[in-house]
Amino acid sequence: MSVKVSMKVNGKPVSAEVEARTLLVTFIRENLRLTGTHVGCDTAQCGACTVHMNGRAIKSCSIVAMQAEGADILTIEGVANGNGTLHPMQQAFKENHGLQCGFCTPGMVMNALDFAKGHPNPSEKEVRESLEGNLCRCTGYHNIVKSIVAGARAMAASK
Amino acid sequence: MNAPLIGARIQRKEDYRFLTGAGQYTDDISLPNQAHAAFVRSPHAHAVIKKINVEKAKKAPGVLAVYTGADLAAAKVGGLPCGWLITDVNGQPMKEPPHPCLAQGKVRYVGDHVAVVVAATAEQARDAAEQVEVDYEVLLAVVDAAKARAKGASALHDIAPDNTCYVWALGDKAKVDEAFAKAAHVTRLDFVNNRLVPNAIEPRAAIGVYSRADEGYTLYVANQNPHVERLLMTAFVLGLPEHKVRVVAPDVGGGFGSKIYLYAEDVVVTWAARQLNRPVRWTAERSESFLSDAHGRDHVTTAELALDNNGKFLAMRVKTTANLGAYLSTFASCIPTILYATLLAGQYTTPAIYCEVTAVFTNTAPVDAYRGAGRPEATYVVERLVETAARELKIDPADLRRRNFIRNFPYQTPVALQYDTGNYEATLDAALQLGDVENFSSRKEESRKRGKLRGIGYAAYIEACGIAPSAVAGSLGARAGLFEAGEIRVHPTGSVTVFTGSHSHGQGHETSFAQVVADRLGIPIENVDIVHGDTSKVLFGMGTYGSRSIAVGGTAIVKALDKIIAKGKKIAAHLLEASESDIEYDRGEFKVAGTDRKKMFGEIAFAAYVPHNYPHDKLEPGLNENAFYDPSNFTFPAGSYVCEVEVDRDTGQVTIERFTAVDDFGKIINPMIVEGQVHGGLAQGIGQALTEGCHYDESGQLVTGSLMDYCLPRAGDVPSFKIDTRETPCTHNPLGVKGCGEAGAIGAPAAVMNAITDALGVKDLPMPATPQTVWRSLQQKAA
Amino acid sequence: MYAFEYHRPSSSKEALDLAAKKSEGKFLAGGQSLVQAMKLRLSSPSDLIDLGSVSELKNLKVEGNTVLVGAMVRHAEVAASPAVQKAIPALAALAGMIGDRQVRHMGTIGGSLANSDPAADYPAAVLGLGATISTHKRKIEADKFFKGLYETALEPGELITQVSFPAPKRAAYMKFKNPASRFALVGVFVADFGGNVRVAVTGAGACAFRQPDMEKALAAKFAPESVANIKVKSDGLNNDLHASPEYRAHLITVMAKRAVEAALK
Repeated sequence: MSVKVSMKVNGKPVSAEVEARTLLVTFIRENLRLTGTHVGCDTAQCGACTVHMNGRAIKSCSIVAMQAEGADILTIEGVANGNGTLHPMQQAFKENHGLQCGFCTPGMVMNALDFAKGHPNPSEKEVRESLEGNLCRCTGYHNIVKSIVAGARAMAASK
Repeated sequence: MNAPLIGARIQRKEDYRFLTGAGQYTDDISLPNQAHAAFVRSPHAHAVIKKINVEKAKKAPGVLAVYTGADLAAAKVGGLPCGWLITDVNGQPMKEPPHPCLAQGKVRYVGDHVAVVVAATAEQARDAAEQVEVDYEVLLAVVDAAKARAKGASALHDIAPDNTCYVWALGDKAKVDEAFAKAAHVTRLDFVNNRLVPNAIEPRAAIGVYSRADEGYTLYVANQNPHVERLLMTAFVLGLPEHKVRVVAPDVGGGFGSKIYLYAEDVVVTWAARQLNRPVRWTAERSESFLSDAHGRDHVTTAELALDNNGKFLAMRVKTTANLGAYLSTFASCIPTILYATLLAGQYTTPAIYCEVTAVFTNTAPVDAYRGAGRPEATYVVERLVETAARELKIDPADLRRRNFIRNFPYQTPVALQYDTGNYEATLDAALQLGDVENFSSRKEESRKRGKLRGIGYAAYIEACGIAPSAVAGSLGARAGLFEAGEIRVHPTGSVTVFTGSHSHGQGHETSFAQVVADRLGIPIENVDIVHGDTSKVLFGMGTYGSRSIAVGGTAIVKALDKIIAKGKKIAAHLLEASESDIEYDRGEFKVAGTDRKKMFGEIAFAAYVPHNYPHDKLEPGLNENAFYDPSNFTFPAGSYVCEVEVDRDTGQVTIERFTAVDDFGKIINPMIVEGQVHGGLAQGIGQALTEGCHYDESGQLVTGSLMDYCLPRAGDVPSFKIDTRETPCTHNPLGVKGCGEAGAIGAPAAVMNAITDALGVKDLPMPATPQTVWRSLQQKAA
Repeated sequence: MYAFEYHRPSSSKEALDLAAKKSEGKFLAGGQSLVQAMKLRLSSPSDLIDLGSVSELKNLKVEGNTVLVGAMVRHAEVAASPAVQKAIPALAALAGMIGDRQVRHMGTIGGSLANSDPAADYPAAVLGLGATISTHKRKIEADKFFKGLYETALEPGELITQVSFPAPKRAAYMKFKNPASRFALVGVFVADFGGNVRVAVTGAGACAFRQPDMEKALAAKFAPESVANIKVKSDGLNNDLHASPEYRAHLITVMAKRAVEAALK
């Protein structure tokens, strides 16, 4: 069965005819060709597919696209400023070497952005807990944790 | 400008694209008219295929083709080769059973490839794959390495009726037996080095493309060594001319060994692309990765250490059964032999070592190199033995190590390797200090007051990296060279493109290699770009594994740079009207020694490409050089780790309270990147010790078939690490570098398990030390 | 995922009418369990009736001594609600332990209860607090709701609308996580209603169940030592790679003791 799905992605209205069984992540990657959102598992553990739906971090592999009908979606491609400079959270990942192969990174950043909104000065422990839904195989998390602490502070400071 | 770049914490050039979603991984590539493949995989660990009926699947919506092993056999598609020949104790070659890309008559593990469906969409391909009807006659399965050779065990391959690939040995058995006979003390341990699933977060993916225009093929693949992939696939499997095949490994989301190999899926999509004249793509789902990626480790070992009255090591005797899985993966055979037994000297002067390895086939996924590859298994043997011996002899474990450290270099071990340099005392001292070992007892007391058990454990590891001197490797059975290639292309305006046969899938080569080049040439790092991962761009390469990239790939680049500078001097001599021998190159400037006459690097580049005033009689125009570098020895990174754990005795939960790592990687190009490599390795090593264990049931079903059951460490499972380095430069490469990519995964498991056994007061505990395992151990002790 | 037909009703009535017509269909709440199962081709409903636009299921409020959670209220909303945190802090804390941040932003109480995963957290709170599950046609007591593995008292086409939790004097939930999945290997919810104590366990059996001997001991004296030595029988408890029945039985006691300690804090 095909359905028409419409939503706003990174500020732009988009719509397409898709099969009802199309996952949100598939819609983002295949229909919109926004391939920064990744798929690393099939059991909702890895978090590489994390995007924001109406301002909150969700796993785009765990809902069908139709569940995002009318929603406001933000993907990694919509995070940096229009002029090409990085968002403070992205900048913090770069400065603290919070990424290696880069595959889990968009999900990490998207989750961190949402987390930082409520935690302007998080402790290391809070950050580690906040990453329960994101897996990284490269960094041992050490520098991701540092990045998120720094990024959250930078976001709070830039308000 | 021109501050030294080697040793600088340069932020990574690759980060912008990864942080903005602009990375380009294999599955991100979309091609016109592409079709999608889905593999039909065996649900049985061991079965005869009596019949395959593909008719229903062929008629399913969107299906373009269904292929089985018979189709590949008819097209003369060969099996997957093994790149390393091990010769057994009787001088016989190892047993090399056929490894078909799609099963020929029999399946040998759950997930084995039975057929492939190609359809217009991925979901259609999956839908249709379920319509392929396979009639199996199920056979008994063999899963455990220890049981593979048992009488009556079901045989996987006709060629190996006893399921034995080889029995191999290294060392002087007589000398070892003699030493044991007169030893004052013998420490013995029996253990399993647990099977692991690599789990790079990017699943494997491949897209095969065929072009009728030039009869050429392109394979986009998540792979660590595209040239080797091409060589193996063209020469051994598809019989294609190498120049007609381009292999591109674009951004790759982690490898850890699992993406070194030529896999069946890579071959099948490439072959199918030609049959259908359409791009054919496949991306593994995570559950497929669990079933079909090459796994790691899986040893069953008995190890003994003989000591004299003063705690001097006299000899070591190790007997290992290594599980190779159902087929020989690309480098499977050398991991439990060449990369394992040769490391059993560790950091110690143990004069006699004997190791016997029996490698067996079982009805499980093929096993091959996984981060560390043989060396974590060796370190686990040595460091668990040493720690246990120290406890038995009531000698401080750090002190026992000190009594046996190698101090004179070069040092010839009794297991074939010659260590060029090292300072093991320095890393141990630093680790003890950084880990505040002095105050451990007060922390233990504090834990005790809270009702918790606390333990401390050490591991002093060594690894052989910078793989490898080709002649040595060849004499040991390698069927490939293990050099590396590099090319420096200086553009007319002085910017530089570097082509390397190394491949970066997280290691940050685009930055650290650029640092080497910019530093040597004295030009801004922004003017240097690194290209890798494309056989049509890079002249050749052996790829990235075995912590070889900077030591071997970096050295090839340095050699090419030397040629660039040498040619530049010739051009400068001409322009400056000086003798070539008087030209010095210093930080971007060609100078006439002792004068202020000079030409900038960019001026020389321009002169090389706009050769109006040029020594045409002696020199070709242009500034482009390549080099191949074949190392003269391995490099020997080493270090000391200290782990402190706390155990909740009610639940068995282990918490890593402190982890201290001091490594000696020789010279360091970018400390920030090196630290990241150590962190990641440590997390994987801690994962092996605490959370990760691949488990098949007796019938060969994979119990840990998803991340719901196989536990990858999360952020909350690991601590922040305390790390530092000490430096003894490698003596035989110009950068003095050794490699750092695997260290953490090599040293950590023994350190963690030494700490846990210390906390529990038990001799041994199986990995992973899950809460249930620890709880059981506590129950047994109490009983 | 197998193909299905998708529907998005805007009211419960519309949803129920659809469900009546589509006997092989399923309600879709947050999708955090159902979409997962469908992705792995373990579930193949003919129709998905998405409740995402049914606003009457989204109310969260505290009325007197009762917390009322609409079926479509997300875990994160319950966890972050000041009113819930005040009325039943243990319920808010439990909601904040489900899955991970991203899952909590989508997952709903109705979806969780209807699915009745043996290792889900909410069943422990529902049973531990003696909550009442309202459907479009009746009220079901917690004690009569959980029937077995992925099995509840819900009839086909029956729609959970709201769950009402009575506020106890004190309560706490302790969860020992499955290291891989982060579901409850064993979770114990302890609630003291002043003399009447309920102890509910999740993760250990086919579905959530109560622990009467612990309840009796705690009713006599609400203190950790009352349960610390109660040996739970391992018969019938779940057995998997991560925990044997014996280990689970042991963890029930440990978690119950810790829950009492936490409730007393």
